[in-house]
Amino acid sequence: MSRLNPEQIKRLVRDVLNTRPDEISCDECLELLDRFVELELAGEDASSALPLVQQHLEQCSSCREEFEALLTVITELR
Amino acid sequence: MAERSNEEWLASLRGPQRDEALADLRMLLLRGLRAALSKQGKVSDQDLEDFAQDALLRITAALDSFRGEAQFTTWAYRIAIHTALGELRRRRWRDVSLENLSTATDPDFVPNTVADPSAGPEQRALQRSVLDTLQHAVQEDLTEKQRQALIAVRVQGMPIAEVARRMDTNPNALYKLLHDARQRLQRALQDRGLPREEVLAAFGLSAGVRPAKVDTSMARKADDEQAESRTD
Repeated sequence: MSRLNPEQIKRLVRDVLNTRPDEISCDECLELLDRFVELELAGEDASSALPLVQQHLEQCSSCREEFEALLTVITELR
Repeated sequence: MAERSNEEWLASLRGPQRDEALADLRMLLLRGLRAALSKQGKVSDQDLEDFAQDALLRITAALDSFRGEAQFTTWAYRIAIHTALGELRRRRWRDVSLENLSTATDPDFVPNTVADPSAGPEQRALQRSVLDTLQHAVQEDLTEKQRQALIAVRVQGMPIAEVARRMDTNPNALYKLLHDARQRLQRALQDRGLPREEVLAAFGLSAGVRPAKVDTSMARKADDEQAESRTD
């Protein structure tokens, strides 16, 4: 049975409502990810500077996983 | 190891000091990957070596595409992480076929109720209306491929790249397929005249401005639950 649980339903509702016509692809998101991470770590508002990256990271678990891993690396090694 | 500016990295990787620069970069990638993959199970030292070597090849082949908008090392770590996590996802999902997931015509994919005892009668009525609309739109407005991809990604938690591989397409095209699906569902809610802010509030979701930081807590929780359900 392919049934969403309540948490997945809430996430689907949120993601459907937050869908934009101009979303970027995984490749486009990854191209901008290094800059996004550096803005975050510099304490700047990365989501306002690069809103389409923010949007993509909310929608795509693979890119989000790579964002979190990159954030970990730069935080730990700098 | 010598500190290098972006320009120095590029020059050394293209010039007579190439071997030394490659050795330094390889060491950085190994350290970075060790940190990045520390929470992933079953990653051996040999895996780290292989990922670093593969990433090194990709990085040196892509030097011309480095635009200098971030530190060279951040760019290189990003490519290494993409290489390593891509391979780990492939391994994790190796034995799962889309056929196992394809109950895409299940009318209960979006149930028309959510168990939320804290919701008042008005909220529950709005929730019911939203879920009825989504349930209908999933069946009537989405294509078979969109439903199949939605179930694999949303219910089973399969990464987009892995679903794409099984559907003979690429991650960008699959993301677009899912984006189109979300737009169709969004249009169905709009056509029903369901106000965005009130719907968000009815589901206990914050309305209005997006959070300044990437809020991944809800997404992570859902992913964790999906992972748990797969092992049941």
